[in-house]
Amino acid sequence: MKYLLMLLICLLPTFSYAGQAKDLADDPVLEQRMVKLAENLRCLVCQNESLASSRSDLAKDLRQEVRDKMNQGMTDQQIIDFLVSKYGDFVLFDPPVKSYTLLLWYGPFALLLIGLVGLVLQMRKRKNAAPESQLSAEEMQRASALLNQPKDSQT
Amino acid sequence: MMRFWPFVVFVVLAIFLYVGLSLNPHEVPSPLIGKPAPAFNLPQLHDPTKQFSSQDMKGKVWLLNVWASWCVSCREEHPLLLALSRRNIVPIYGLDYKDTQVEGERWLRNGGDPYTLVITDADGRVGIDYGVYGVPETYVIDKQGIIRYKAIGAITHENLQTKILPLIAELQAK
Repeated sequence: MKYLLMLLICLLPTFSYAGQAKDLADDPVLEQRMVKLAENLRCLVCQNESLASSRSDLAKDLRQEVRDKMNQGMTDQQIIDFLVSKYGDFVLFDPPVKSYTLLLWYGPFALLLIGLVGLVLQMRKRKNAAPESQLSAEEMQRASALLNQPKDSQT
Repeated sequence: MMRFWPFVVFVVLAIFLYVGLSLNPHEVPSPLIGKPAPAFNLPQLHDPTKQFSSQDMKGKVWLLNVWASWCVSCREEHPLLLALSRRNIVPIYGLDYKDTQVEGERWLRNGGDPYTLVITDADGRVGIDYGVYGVPETYVIDKQGIIRYKAIGAITHENLQTKILPLIAELQAK
């Protein structure tokens, strides 16, 4: 009896498996086009996932919306414009260059430039400040004596 | 002087990161603010044979509150909406988003009904038109049918007092 019960419990997941809602277009070409477009769009519910990979309900609805719009003959750009008009630039994984995204796009280059200028200035300063020092003959001799010490004398 | 530069850079970075920590990434500014509210014609929850059109609201300031019986945060803001409806300042229209009639009606029976009227958006199409992505969402729509404000997530007492109510008063005075 106990074993039978255990067996039943083990089988429970198989019974509870529910058929998944249809989330595919009949036309594979259209489906591919949709996935390609959706890969560059953000799912707003789980923000680090793309619309193509997210399993959230909203993403599912939006995929359907994209399919419907493609069936209506809208171009990819028109569909993107539609989604941006509803959800803002935030749906794009690739943010457009605008006045308030300038820092985002060119900030790293500005930082690199600042770094380079700083480096050049620093190197120039060092060149002027510290002329190469020359060792006197006596110092040379001491240095070579230290360097050429036989190994066993160190121990 | 040169020695302080790393410290200055550190402080600037720390400020940026600190501000970044306190921002809510789910509060995405809606591009719909200042734009006409998308028109819809949807069945009413309590009587699906009757339709309600957003055009009927021309000339009135109104709130559109997107909710659902499956939505957890909706419970959080529900007492606020009930209190607001009792004050009779502004009509609150509910959009029951991706829900069933049975569940939606039961939810309102149990929790109280703050809405002037509830309409249903079973397949979420109108939700997409309104850029809904995190229920509950609340829109303030003015007399010309322009969206003036959008609250994403449960509205708070503070939000209501400092933003929504003053805005409604201002829009109604126009």
